[in-house]
Amino acid sequence: MDFNDTPQEATFRAEAKAWLASNAPSHVVPSGVMLDDAEEVSRGKAWQRALYDGGYAGITLPTALGGRGGSIIEAVVFAEEEARYNLPKGPYIAIGLGMAIAVIARHGTDQQRARFVEPTLRGDLTWCQLFSEPAAGSDLAALRTKAVAYDGDWVVNGQKVWSSWAHRSDWGILVARTDPKLPKHKGLTFFVVDMKSPGIDIRPIRQISGASDFNETFLTDVRIPDANRVGAPGEGWACCMTVLMGERLGSGSEKSTVGPLIDYALATPGHAGGTALESGGIRLALAQALAEEQGSRYFEARLRTMVSRGENPGALAGMVKLAYASRLQKTSGLAMELRGLDAIAPAPQDAATREVQHDYIWSTVMRIAGGADEVLKNQIAERVLGMPGDVRMDKDVPFDQLR
Amino acid sequence: MNFDLSDEQKMLAEQARGLLAERSPFDHLRKLIDACAEWDQALWHELGEMGFLGVTIAESHGGLGLGELDLGVIAQELGRANAAVPFFSSIVLCADAIQLAGSEAQKAKWLPLLASGEVVGTFAYAEGPGPALATGTTFSSAGVNGTKTPVADAGIASIAVVLTASGLVLIELDQPGVTRTKLESFDQLRAHYSLSFTNAAAEMLPGKTSAATLLDRAAVQAAFEATGAAEACLHMARDYALSRQIFGRPLASYQAIKHKLADLAMLVELSRSNAYFAGWAVEQSPDQLPAAAAAARLSAIAAFETGARENLQVHGGIGYTFEANCHFFYRRERVLSVHVGNREYWADRLIAHLPGTQAEAA
Repeated sequence: MDFNDTPQEATFRAEAKAWLASNAPSHVVPSGVMLDDAEEVSRGKAWQRALYDGGYAGITLPTALGGRGGSIIEAVVFAEEEARYNLPKGPYIAIGLGMAIAVIARHGTDQQRARFVEPTLRGDLTWCQLFSEPAAGSDLAALRTKAVAYDGDWVVNGQKVWSSWAHRSDWGILVARTDPKLPKHKGLTFFVVDMKSPGIDIRPIRQISGASDFNETFLTDVRIPDANRVGAPGEGWACCMTVLMGERLGSGSEKSTVGPLIDYALATPGHAGGTALESGGIRLALAQALAEEQGSRYFEARLRTMVSRGENPGALAGMVKLAYASRLQKTSGLAMELRGLDAIAPAPQDAATREVQHDYIWSTVMRIAGGADEVLKNQIAERVLGMPGDVRMDKDVPFDQLR
Repeated sequence: MNFDLSDEQKMLAEQARGLLAERSPFDHLRKLIDACAEWDQALWHELGEMGFLGVTIAESHGGLGLGELDLGVIAQELGRANAAVPFFSSIVLCADAIQLAGSEAQKAKWLPLLASGEVVGTFAYAEGPGPALATGTTFSSAGVNGTKTPVADAGIASIAVVLTASGLVLIELDQPGVTRTKLESFDQLRAHYSLSFTNAAAEMLPGKTSAATLLDRAAVQAAFEATGAAEACLHMARDYALSRQIFGRPLASYQAIKHKLADLAMLVELSRSNAYFAGWAVEQSPDQLPAAAAAARLSAIAAFETGARENLQVHGGIGYTFEANCHFFYRRERVLSVHVGNREYWADRLIAHLPGTQAEAA
């Protein structure tokens, strides 16, 4: 067992560090600076372009596809070093790199690979995800958006939701129902769709945070050329699985969220004099959360070791997010409590409390998105522990006969 | 980075697990309790013969000279089996203290005997209710005076490392100045004693290693032991739920049970991951040991606590019977949650040693 870099990893880290030192600073967004969406996307694209030019875009992707042909450990090392800078890296880039490229590389045609992979690595194309629907979230395969073959194209009608940054994306990855006579998982097909196509109407969702990161996307008679179908008709569910696996393998660059709360407690007067950190209850809760956070970090190191050997951690990987989301909610909630009433309406200059409030609101997204707590627990129970699957009344029933 | 046990360590675990499954099944533990046996002496000697007790003891002193992770692999299996052996007292605490803080003569005399299992040792730190590292016991030219209680495995131990106001001393327990009083132990498979000293003859352990550092090192092994035990609870609950039919389908098919056990599986993996890192840090990154040991300990307590409680709960009424196996872990868990420092002790230690926060500088 060795937590440190091997000599090769150390060499790669030194190279990455040096490259970042000369290339990253001009792209850094100073913390606290809020960019408007257009500006953020343009900076994100510029940084992705810099990564591509430096040979650090698509580290694990084969060189034939424009990637670096490196190992997963190298990708992790690079992500760790990159995380030392506050760089513009939003979902509009991440969905392209982590999901669109993954699915096109695995299920797409050579033409699709040539058309989309390298331009995405280069930062020329931004992407959004058109998966969830109002009645299909955790039960994604219940989705109703229809794609009907017509005159060499597909005509798409339906409504998608939670599409991050759809309003600033060039392309979307879309899954739609192409055969309602088949049971729900079997009648799905995967597409890439030009977000400027006629018939796409994007409306921002007013979120509980006050921001609008997510959208509703309405598709009305949207024409998608058959050349933009990824995989065979009916292969949509397999494509989705490829995408979701990418979503669940963390990069290892997560910063501590509990560490800053210890400083926050230290900067808050205690109930009985001294600081809030002197309270036994608060110390215990924060220490417990810290221990869990450390454990998660080392657990991710174990997962990466598995992946680097070609083993598939499967549902085990879901434990990282499962632990993280609840921890974020509990600890940010605790931080508000230890702060007292001031946590509700802090002084205007109190950035730390704003951050805590933001985390408390955002943690609700984390517990739902990318596999809700309950879905992840089912997967762990069934795939890691070998417990029976749930009763599924709709599994073998043609979709159009479901109530 | 290669963050996994080595093939040799995995083989060591297999070997230990195989031996314990054969020699120390739960029915055997029940017999030990019925016979009021203080320990499983035959198993202890077998562990000694196989070299499992001398894993971290230097080769020059009769051990294997391997590392903390190798020892952790054994501790994890002993935890899984809930074995009735004084491994923690004799090897993790006593032998480690002598190896780190003992004189050459003390090491030469005692380590070979501890490694073979011929002699059992223990470590006396508590003095009744309150902090783990109590120092009301004194050591002067007259000898050691005071009372350490409770002390695990002191009935079968020949020697004890004792924490006094002057530091760590080594005491041979078969002497007139030592009175051993057996206490009723909450864990029927881990005996506890009160040790009273009246001008007891003792030797200082002259090394500089502090009791807090010994506790850090022991905490790593305690974390491995609790991880193994928590995983045993997880598997026992899973297996029972798979076999039990209720309302026409397996108990294991209910989400109330699946989610409970998924949570437990997650706690077990986080605990194991912290234990791995702490085991690695003992030798490879000692500066990080206090924080790593504390995180491992807190994680392990959380995993085993949930495991012991929810395993019994999943079993329902049968879990409350002596014939079921839940109670071994339900009792052992409380021992592991309070020995070598409770949660509060480790929470303080983690917060005091976490790098990168102002708390550390304060």
